[in-house]
Amino acid sequence: MGSFREVEVALNEMHAEAVAGIVDRVATRHRRDPTCMLQILREVQEACDWLPPEAIDRLQVVLGVPRTKIEGVAGFYAFLYTQPRGKYRILFSDNVTDRMQGSVALMERLCSSLWVEPGKVSEDGLLSVDITSCTGMCDQGPGLLVNNYAIPRLTAGLVDEIAELIRNKVPLAEWPADYFRVDDNVRRADVLLAAQMAPGDALRAARARAPSDGLMASNMRSWREGLPSGLGGPIAMLDDMKRANLRGRGGAGFMTGIKWEACRNAPLKPGQERFVVCNADEGEPGTFKDRVLLTSHADLVFEGMTAAAYAIGARRGFLYLRGEYRYLLEPLTAVLERRRREKVLGNDILGLPGADFDIEIHLGAGAYVCGEESALIESLEGKRGTPRNRPPFPVTNGYLDQPTIVNNVETFAAAALVALNGGEWYASIGTKHSAGTKLLSVSGDCERPGIYEYPFGVSIRQVLADCGARDTQAVQVSGPSGVCVAPAEFDRVIGFEDIPTAGAFTIFDNSRDMFEVARNYVHFFQHESCGFCTPCRVGTSLLKNLMDKLHNGVGSPYDFAEIEKLNQLLQAMSHCGLGHTACNPVLDTIARFRPAYEQRMTQQDFTPAFDLDRALAEARQMTGRDDAGAHLSSKHGGAA
Amino acid sequence: MSHTFTLDGKTIPFAEGQTILQAADAAGVFIPHLCYHPDFKPHGSCKLCTVKVNGRQTASCTMRALPGMVVESETEELNDERRALTQMLFVEGNHFCPSCETSGNCRLQATAYHLGMMSPHFDHFFPSRAVDASHPDVLLDFNRCILCSLCVRASRDVDGKNVFALSGRGIKTHLIVNAKSGRLADTNFTLADKAAQVCPVGVILPKRHGFAVPIGERKYDKAPISETTEGR
Repeated sequence: MGSFREVEVALNEMHAEAVAGIVDRVATRHRRDPTCMLQILREVQEACDWLPPEAIDRLQVVLGVPRTKIEGVAGFYAFLYTQPRGKYRILFSDNVTDRMQGSVALMERLCSSLWVEPGKVSEDGLLSVDITSCTGMCDQGPGLLVNNYAIPRLTAGLVDEIAELIRNKVPLAEWPADYFRVDDNVRRADVLLAAQMAPGDALRAARARAPSDGLMASNMRSWREGLPSGLGGPIAMLDDMKRANLRGRGGAGFMTGIKWEACRNAPLKPGQERFVVCNADEGEPGTFKDRVLLTSHADLVFEGMTAAAYAIGARRGFLYLRGEYRYLLEPLTAVLERRRREKVLGNDILGLPGADFDIEIHLGAGAYVCGEESALIESLEGKRGTPRNRPPFPVTNGYLDQPTIVNNVETFAAAALVALNGGEWYASIGTKHSAGTKLLSVSGDCERPGIYEYPFGVSIRQVLADCGARDTQAVQVSGPSGVCVAPAEFDRVIGFEDIPTAGAFTIFDNSRDMFEVARNYVHFFQHESCGFCTPCRVGTSLLKNLMDKLHNGVGSPYDFAEIEKLNQLLQAMSHCGLGHTACNPVLDTIARFRPAYEQRMTQQDFTPAFDLDRALAEARQMTGRDDAGAHLSSKHGGAA
Repeated sequence: MSHTFTLDGKTIPFAEGQTILQAADAAGVFIPHLCYHPDFKPHGSCKLCTVKVNGRQTASCTMRALPGMVVESETEELNDERRALTQMLFVEGNHFCPSCETSGNCRLQATAYHLGMMSPHFDHFFPSRAVDASHPDVLLDFNRCILCSLCVRASRDVDGKNVFALSGRGIKTHLIVNAKSGRLADTNFTLADKAAQVCPVGVILPKRHGFAVPIGERKYDKAPISETTEGR
């Protein structure tokens, strides 16, 4: 007899077959290569809305890897789901700028309109709403992601429209295209953003500057085999990079020419090659300049990567694009395709036989830590994004243990300019220790947020004047892992000799509570800690709990001392930069805005963080009660 | 050819490729550690073995020794920090020493004694972690897991089984087992596996062997961890 049970089994089998079909199709496209695991998981999820166990069953077979490995990777990335999260997966950007623009109220509005609780899946399984780290739309926020596609410029009206579309189950592809329009907002352009360059110009210029003994043949050989001491072109390119004094734009400021040279000189074992990796995992809250470069100046970035390949002798490159910029994948793929047709990418570049270099795009899936170069390489290899033990460094032991350069998007764009105009020209811009220009992602309390390109050496005060900031209380330069600058320091300048920056420039006027700013940043680091090392994994959670305790009005000088102790421990013991800098926003705001903290120390003596009345919230929700009898009358501090 | 570096003023010889911790170990000098085990590739995650090398702090289990390095380990500052890390591990999980089968044989507990830890200090997280008693011979009590990944490495590199792995991220990082059901019974794990022998705490426990050696007569009851050589 055909029982319900049999029907159910049959349906499950059909479902498993359909899922297996999707997995096979995706895995085949990636040559069944386990190093593409993250890409495969991401694409399977795009087709299935989540990663059902049947998909993992099938992946085990087609990739030939243990289940633990797949689940370990799937569990690491915030945008991969091993539990159903609905057909519409909404994530509100939770950067401090989004909050300043009203994101909290907008999320509540959407949740109450759709009868769903934040962080949970709706009863009918249709949707989920949650928060996510900064999505890079700070100049046009508040922003959200729906199924990883960015929607900026949220308003109450737009949120209501979105709720209606979801209620009517309108497929995402049919939502108004204007929702997804992302503006560049370039407010000040200098040599980089104003560069007029046809694809291939920089490569041709670099070759033309090679000394005459750098004959074509030796260049080609060098390119093909990555010879450490090839004559002519590649070495001339390296020399130009060194003359340019270009320093990494990701924030750390390592000399790019020296990094490239170290990679070029790194010995290759048989079968190995060199790699060029572009770090477009722009996750630092408040940073969005790489988004603009990749939107409107992608040729410059890819040309810089190709020049780098020419200099170090690489044939393969990767662009590691943060998952929040999913919408850029197709446009960037089209640019790569066009460059291949134009013979400035792919085989026989510029018509030189053997001059081969190509670029693949890998997407991240919601992990800030992958902006750290060794974690990024792990992620490129399809693993959990855990920073490696260093040394050895990527220039000798990078992607698949082979010599690899990892540079920021802006660094490659600047390298293209160096290739085009030469190192001396580039070094003449900016200051002695900081050559060239810097893109600043300006957001927060100002009239004209957006991208500002300045020669290095510009003062904070100048930037504030240019963007129309008034009554400024503080500027967070380079995001939460950077520094917080108070008005007395506004004559300090952007540059490696004073305030180095990866580009974020977040402005707070006098109406903002700097304690709450720091608390938002502490929550960010806690969410993004990879969990590998003890101090960062546990320490960021302890720090978050202490900041929340102060926020909840049960803080005392004891907790303040605890915060300072934790800060020290995180800085001293953490495995990577995330842990080292996780306490920066707290240390900086304590040093500059101490009253904001002292206001929070409402208790003289230690008071437990545990609040009996708050602990009953869940019971109140379950019983639907909120009357006096459902509350405990006694408050902290002893008063009945 | 032998090189040397100094550790707290003492000259330590080392062979090319040895890490500071390995060289110290060979010279009979104890540096606290939990995720390091001589049979496996160093992991560098617990950070207990952090030392100061030429003034900079680094994990001694992953840092290669170099000639002439000046290394500090037994300083008040470092031991204070190590104690804080140990306290962090205690509050992160659910550790109830008096009722734990591993008490006295537990490296976390012994390290806490060694560092003079008198209280957990931090607020407990009290995580909710299920116990897996599905396997006929082995009990998994995840409450005590300190994420050292020794079982992961042992199962992968020695047993060739990949029974264990870490999943999740940040404070939600957790140990998983290689089965669709998530249960150890549905894996090919056995008590004879190397992975069954390396847990420094009380996560992987053989069934039917409760308290065979009374508390008080166990490994670290007899000698402090700094004076034992087992499991190093």
